[in-house]
Amino acid sequence: MFWRIVWIVARKDLAIEARSRELINTTIFFALSCVVVFSVSFVGEGGDGRAIGDAAAGILWVAIAFSGTLALGRTFERERYGDTLRALLMAPGSRAAIYVGKLVGIVALLIATEIIVVPLIALLFQAKLFEHMLLTSALLVFGTVGFATVGTLFAAMLARARSRDVLLPILLYPVTIPVMIAGVRGTSALLAVEPQLDMARLWVMLLLAFDVVFVTLALWTFESLMTE
Amino acid sequence: MKIIYQSLFLLMNAALLAQPGQSEFKPVTEIPASEQLPSAPLVIAAYAFVWLAFLAYVWVIWRKLGKVEQDLNALSAQVMKKRP
Amino acid sequence: MRKAVVPLLAIAGLIFMTAPIIIVRAPYESTMGLVQKVFYFHMPPAMLMLVSAIFCGILSGVFLVKRRPVYDWMAYAAAELTVLYGAMAMVTGPLWARKAWGVWWVWDPRLTLSLLMWMVFVSYLLLRRYGGPGSEILAAGLALFGMATSPFVYLSVNIWRTIHPLTSVVPTLPVDFAFPLWYAFTGFLVLYIALMLLRMSVEQQRAMLDQLYLESEE
Repeated sequence: MFWRIVWIVARKDLAIEARSRELINTTIFFALSCVVVFSVSFVGEGGDGRAIGDAAAGILWVAIAFSGTLALGRTFERERYGDTLRALLMAPGSRAAIYVGKLVGIVALLIATEIIVVPLIALLFQAKLFEHMLLTSALLVFGTVGFATVGTLFAAMLARARSRDVLLPILLYPVTIPVMIAGVRGTSALLAVEPQLDMARLWVMLLLAFDVVFVTLALWTFESLMTE
Repeated sequence: MKIIYQSLFLLMNAALLAQPGQSEFKPVTEIPASEQLPSAPLVIAAYAFVWLAFLAYVWVIWRKLGKVEQDLNALSAQVMKKRP
Repeated sequence: MRKAVVPLLAIAGLIFMTAPIIIVRAPYESTMGLVQKVFYFHMPPAMLMLVSAIFCGILSGVFLVKRRPVYDWMAYAAAELTVLYGAMAMVTGPLWARKAWGVWWVWDPRLTLSLLMWMVFVSYLLLRRYGGPGSEILAAGLALFGMATSPFVYLSVNIWRTIHPLTSVVPTLPVDFAFPLWYAFTGFLVLYIALMLLRMSVEQQRAMLDQLYLESEE
């Protein structure tokens, strides 16, 4: 029953998305603009125009964080606008399943964005992101799930609050700093001249631990936190 | 024998000094005059900030409390009037 | 509750008035000299900030389960005090560090964790202030998540070297340093309790005001 609800909610979101493709197009383009803007800031003068230090890793994760925040905001804005959030909450069955359904939708959206943005960053910064595909994918997937876990919960919480647009990043970023740190450090470990695979593996483990803890915490508290 | 003791002593000191950060405070009563002056503004600024922060907070709460009590009194007077 | 505030404030005031005398008479530290004296007004707020943060997290959890307003008032007060004491620690710390380490700030685990905790509680206050009705529940959730993330923040920053004095400093403090420290600490603690009671009474009065408004509507 739980997984049926998850599947139904996720499929609903994906169906709406497939028809209009609004969120995916705008999120991808926003991520690309982020990358371009940051590249301008972090590429040094002269020489071959390479980015400073670990900038490529940082830019990737900042772009994910920013575009993720926007996507979260607009997913729940859509629900709020159609007043479907209340309907969802009144539906029989576990509310936690609704949360997981929305989470699946958001993660899918973000992964789709990353599929476009990561090769672009590899191109722009001559970053060899494809050399260790497994580790890179693990970092991206676990990191995205970690970010989206907290993000979906907070965005759902804030859906009916005032000043929700600006409050979401204010609340979300401090709490997801470990994801950012692990993601950036892990990615830069892989991009280093001498790739540090065991460091990267350590960061992947940390991200996995974060995901497990926070998904559990979110499932426990979703019920109490969702106000009418 | 003496050489062994001396080198052991030096080694221990080297190990102690090589540690990151300190592991204890060591008290001293005299300090060279050149050390004193540049620190004073920092120390004063630190203490001043703590004092000011406390005073500001207490003032803000006191005002809030005063205002709420004012509203409370006004409203309860009103309610008293309504109830004969 | 209110009755205890004035005497507590008086005690705290007394301690703070006399603390500078005691601090001046404490010996200088051998490598840091005068600037180490900041320690007496840096360590108590820093420690109390972390304690207050955990306290707020626990109160928030209890509030989410029990839903009694008094827990919410305490959590709100604890969050405000976390931000206040945190600000004190974050200002006095760099002032000390500038002289002792030569830099205003380093990204080591403890400093970063303190900064992040402080930011979580600042965002708590922003949420309570601007989030509209129902924000006390949301803020309680935020406090819980903030607490849950702190071990991860500490772990993740731990890769880099720290130059913050190791935690063995306080237990090994000679008496000459220890006395002024714990004296100042008591002052900060008494003031914490007084401020919390004061702040809670504001919320309590506000709740009574709301109740009265409802009655007067009838």
